[in-house]
Parts: sequence; C-alpha cells; structure tokens
Amino acid sequence: MGRFFTLLILFVLTMPFATALAQPVVADLSSHQVAITSSFTGEDIVLFGVSEGGGDVIVVVRGPSQTRVVRQKQRVFGVWVNRNEMAFSEVPGYYALAANRPVSEIADLEFLADNQIGSNRLEFETLGEGNPAASEMFRAALIRYHQKNGLYAAGAGLVGYVGSTLFRTEFHLPAGAPVGTYSAVVYLLRDGELVGFDTTPLFVTKVGLGRAIYDYAHDQPAAYGILAVLLALFAGWASSLVYRRA
Amino acid sequence: MQIYLPIAEMSVNLFILLGMGAVVGFLSGMFGVGGGFLMTPFLIFMGVPAAVAVGTEANQIVAASLAGVMAHWRRGNVDFKMGGVMVLGGLAGSGLGALLFRELREQGQLDLVISVLFVVFLGLIGSLMLWESARVILRGGSAAKRRRLRRHYWVHGLPFKMRFHKSGLYISSLLPLGMGFLVGVLASIMGVGGGFFLIPAMIYVLGMPTSVVVGTSLFQILFVTANVTILHSVNNQTVDVLLALILLSGAVVGARFGVAVGAKLRGEHLRGLLAVLVLGMAVRMATRLLLMPQDVFTVTPLVGG
Repeated sequence: MGRFFTLLILFVLTMPFATALAQPVVADLSSHQVAITSSFTGEDIVLFGVSEGGGDVIVVVRGPSQTRVVRQKQRVFGVWVNRNEMAFSEVPGYYALAANRPVSEIADLEFLADNQIGSNRLEFETLGEGNPAASEMFRAALIRYHQKNGLYAAGAGLVGYVGSTLFRTEFHLPAGAPVGTYSAVVYLLRDGELVGFDTTPLFVTKVGLGRAIYDYAHDQPAAYGILAVLLALFAGWASSLVYRRA
Repeated sequence: MQIYLPIAEMSVNLFILLGMGAVVGFLSGMFGVGGGFLMTPFLIFMGVPAAVAVGTEANQIVAASLAGVMAHWRRGNVDFKMGGVMVLGGLAGSGLGALLFRELREQGQLDLVISVLFVVFLGLIGSLMLWESARVILRGGSAAKRRRLRRHYWVHGLPFKMRFHKSGLYISSLLPLGMGFLVGVLASIMGVGGGFFLIPAMIYVLGMPTSVVVGTSLFQILFVTANVTILHSVNNQTVDVLLALILLSGAVVGARFGVAVGAKLRGEHLRGLLAVLVLGMAVRMATRLLLMPQDVFTVTPLVGG
C-alpha cells in the first residue's frame, strides 16, 4: 500500500508535467457503467490501453470495499454450529487480475505484495482482536468464498498485445457482483521496474425495477414494508376474484 | 430465463421459481394447508439467504391468507372475536420474534435456529400425520371419529373468561391470546403462518367447532404475517417483494389444480402423501445440520454492531 500512495502523490505532483509529456500507459474500458437489471446474469468488460514503448502490463480490477463476517462451524453434539467468528473490513467485493505473462516473472514479490497483486495477496483489516494464526485461516476462507462465487479470479487473466503498444484484456463480472465503484489499475513495468500506471473507474449500479425495489427497501424500510403488505393484499384479493369466477 | 432478485441479491431461473410456487400452491390447494412451512425450506434449499426466505414468505402468506379469509368469510366461517384476541397475542408474539430474529442474526445463529425449528416441526407434523393416516388406512374405515375434548382441564380454570358466540365457547381469553402469541413468535422466526400449530390447538385445546377453525386461523395469520412483513422490512430489509409476487403467481395457478385433484383423492391417502413429503423435508433439513458442510466457514455481511 505504501508504494501505491507514494506513487499517487508523485502522480498528483507531476500532473502538470505529465500532461505535457505523454503518459507512459493509458487505459480505458469498453464501458464504465454496468447496469444490473432484473435479467442481469453477468457481463464481460473489455479493458484496452496503449503503453509507450511496450513492456509488461498488469491489470488489477477491485470492487468496492465491504465489511464481512467469517464464521467457522464446529460440531456440537453432532450438529454443525457456528462457533468462532472474525470480522474483516476493506474486503474488495470483486477482484480480478490479468497480466501479459505470469506476474512473478514481471515483478518482485515486494512489488506484488505492496500493490496487492493476486487475490492471495489481498490485505484485509481485521475488526476486533484475533490471534494471527487463526486470522490466517479466516482470511483464506474469505478468499475461498469469493473465488467460489466467481467474485475473485483464482488465477490471472491474459493481457494480450495487439502489435507492440496496444493491449487488451477481458474480465467477467458475475451475476452476484456487488454494486459500487470499481477501479481498474493498469501497471506498466519494464525489467521489473514500474514505468507508469493508469486508473480508470467502473460504476456498477442496479437499475430499473430491481434498483427501485432495493433503494426503497433500504431508504424507506417502514413504507416499503407497508407497501409490500398492500401489494400482497391486492394480489390476494385479485386471486380470490379469479377463484370466485371459476 | 434468469431473473435478478433485488433483495435476495441473486439471479435465479424465473421458471424454477414459478414452478416452485405452483408445486407448493398445488400442495396447499390439495391438502388445504398453508404453504409457508413448505415454501420457506424450499427457498432455503435453493440458496436464498434464510433471513430473506423468512421475510419474503411472510409477505406471500399475507396474500394467500387474505384469499382464504375472504372465501371463509363469505361462508360465515370466521369467528372475528376469537380471531381478534388471537391477533392481539400474535402481534405481541411477532414483535418478540422479530427481536429474537435480529439478535440471532447478529450472533450468526439465525440459520441454525431456523433449521432446527423446521426439523422439529416438520418432523413432528409429518410423523403425526403419517401415524394418523396409517391408522385409518389399516383399519379400513373412513375418518376416525375424534374424541370430543370438551372435558374440564386446568386451562378452563384460567381467569379473564370471555364469551365467543360464533364458536359457542365461554373460555379464558388468555388461551387464544397465548396461542396467538406463540404462533406470532414462530411466524417471525420461521416465515410460516402457523396453521399447522394453530388448527390442532384450536380444535383440541379450545374445543372450537371445526367449521370455523380454518377461517379464524387464517384471519389471525393474515394480520400476524402482515405485521411480520413490516417488522422484517424495518429491522432487516429482507422482504423481497419481487420474489414474493413470482411465487404467488405460481401458487395461484397451482392451488386451482390442487383443489381439483384433492377433491378426487381419498383423504387418508392424501394425508399420507403429505406426511411423507413433510418428513422428507425434515430429513433434508436435518442432513444440512448433521453432515459435515462442504466448507465449515461461512461469509456474511456484517449486521448491526
């Protein structure tokens, strides 16, 4: 994280010059808006970019940070019961990684760790106390859960070069992708040294009826409950009419 | 066709949901039972979060019970005074149930408690029904004549007696109040109407005439599930109206066929069939508790504190 922030500060400070010079790497997405409609079953997003003079490219896509509780079941009198729990914050709701060749060949472990490249290098904040040995087990479970639901890619996708400077990659947002602001960060490295990076946002929102229902349920819960009852009463009344006519 | 459920936050095949609604509607039409104690476990088996299954099912039962109450009301089979007393108990009970629900959810024990309650109740109801229908079928008789339990129990010595003209009873109002309360707690935690508990209790404990039992219990269930829907919306935001409406549309169609088929089959065989189904679901629910889960770790959003 440390290096990322230093870079960010450097980036901001050198902004006036950077615009004058050509950025070493520029990337964009096929779309910055993903709308989760009632029929949303997932979507593929294409990321493409240009690197000044070629080099190794690593793309990291992170979903919005969430807070999650991981619970461990244990057998109590033959029944599996949640016994231990641990809460984490700063858990990205989505994580995808792509590179033009294995990341371990592109950069050293320190760089990969600092920038949390690879879902097994993700760092979560633990809420409350917890011993480090157990926390590792819960952390692994959290990652496994997201991988199983297609929210974290287990391996790295492929960044393909088209010619010597133009590159593209694809990542998949599954049906259960959380809403919020995602960021796609593209790192350009040469001989293991960072040459430049670019960040581009992706907004995942619920739209249409689903959005209206979700927002209403969370913003006006009491009114939503009353409306749900009224809707059910209407439906019940309507179905009893159907019966009577039959 | 996949449909995204906004509150359950999952994408499900629309036709599976409609089919499930139809199957449960068919069964409830055929056997004359409410669908809650079948539908909530079905939803949980499908992977709908237990909290959402409960809240949504309460919402669906509001619709189903209104249709039922209207039909019974037209035939004059609702004891409104008795129902009213039970509603009072039910509102209090569902309030307590909602508090318990929230606490259990924060503690991470909600799924366990819901599953255990279903295993116990489905197992109990299934065994009783199987026993009863097996007995009748083996004897070769039609319906077994029930003893009329109008004897004097300690319950009849309770204070606050009230006259219920429609049911022809003069009993302590604490009885229907307490029964309503218990069912209210169950409705809140399990997402069921509670007819499976109320109806036998009204017949055997209160001694109500069978003709008004179903209509009156539906009357109570209507108000209690409406309250549960609102409470779960406010406390947990776990009522998925879209899911409820889809299930309901399936159920309306299924129930019509169920009523028609039910009229042709013999009562004891029907009851035996339902008993086997209910027991099967109890076993299925129990295996989830007893077998080693695929992953002993579960992940949920942080709720509350």
